[in-house]
Amino acid sequence: MTTTTTTMVWLIIGCALVTWLPRIIPFIFVRNVKLPEVVLKWLSFIPVCILSALVIENLLDTESGKIVTLNWPVLITFVPTLIIAIVTKSLSITVVAGVIIMAAVRFFM
Amino acid sequence: MTSTTDFQNETANMPDDSFLQGVKDCVPTLLGYISIGLAFGVVGSASGLSVFEIALLTILIYAGSAQFIFCALLLTNSPASAIIVTIFVVNLRHLLMSLTLAPHFTRYSMLRNVGFGTLLTDETFGVAVTKQMQSGKLHGKWMDGLNITAYSFWILSCVTGAYLGQWVATPEKWGLDFALVAMFVALLVLQLNSVGKSKIMHYLMLIGYMVVIMYGLSYIVPSHVAVLLSTVIVATIGVVTDK
Repeated sequence: MTTTTTTMVWLIIGCALVTWLPRIIPFIFVRNVKLPEVVLKWLSFIPVCILSALVIENLLDTESGKIVTLNWPVLITFVPTLIIAIVTKSLSITVVAGVIIMAAVRFFM
Repeated sequence: MTSTTDFQNETANMPDDSFLQGVKDCVPTLLGYISIGLAFGVVGSASGLSVFEIALLTILIYAGSAQFIFCALLLTNSPASAIIVTIFVVNLRHLLMSLTLAPHFTRYSMLRNVGFGTLLTDETFGVAVTKQMQSGKLHGKWMDGLNITAYSFWILSCVTGAYLGQWVATPEKWGLDFALVAMFVALLVLQLNSVGKSKIMHYLMLIGYMVVIMYGLSYIVPSHVAVLLSTVIVATIGVVTDK
């Protein structure tokens, strides 16, 4: 085991601060400000946008070449997972099925 | 097993706003936390971090992607300033999530609001916005149940992973890394399911824009910046094209 240096502890604290502030600042300020209708409308689109961004991020392969390509194993797993999600509308079933399909895809590819 | 579709069905025999209901609604996300947490512990110890350092990172940073990137930057001997700035940008999406949830908790005290924000993650955000869309309201106790369950399991999994680090090699082999993606897919479907028939085409069009803009941005910025920028751009398109 490596010994923990003071520098490491400060580095972790620094990173903790910059991840904490964006999380809490809106919770502090929204209490005192009434957000305009257009901002609330804008915020209503955030969940779908951010969730699809997080999915798309995993479908793209940005590392192995100059051209952004599709991450084929993930895409092949994504299609049946999406169908299972639409049919079952269940978080648990989708997650378990997704993991099993991913393992199978990696095993056969 | 509890699923988010059970939200409405269970209101009859269980108070919707209880701490325990929050714990139950967290259960479907736990496989994601456990597998990613174990993976992080393994990666962390492979990057030369001690169990104590991994625990400290997990307790204080509490964000999977940021923790992984911390290890990656540490391995490339990046300066502290670069690590902090990168972590900030990687996690800036939480500003948007927090801004989305905060209006639903204004009736609670400042201290409790800071608590809700502190324990916000991609997963709890997804579960909370889905709950909000289905039941119309979010309750503090429910949120605490969700948050504290997620936080406890994340810490336990990361620390366990740190101990396992010496023996287990690649968690990817078991497909566990896909748990997170599968969860986002399911949360996205549940979101779309509750927007209503009249708006569904508008939302599908926005997802189309997301694909194109994410792809384009991936050429010029790191993927975590692409997530942030495309969300801001497409949410704005959403407002402009909304009828």
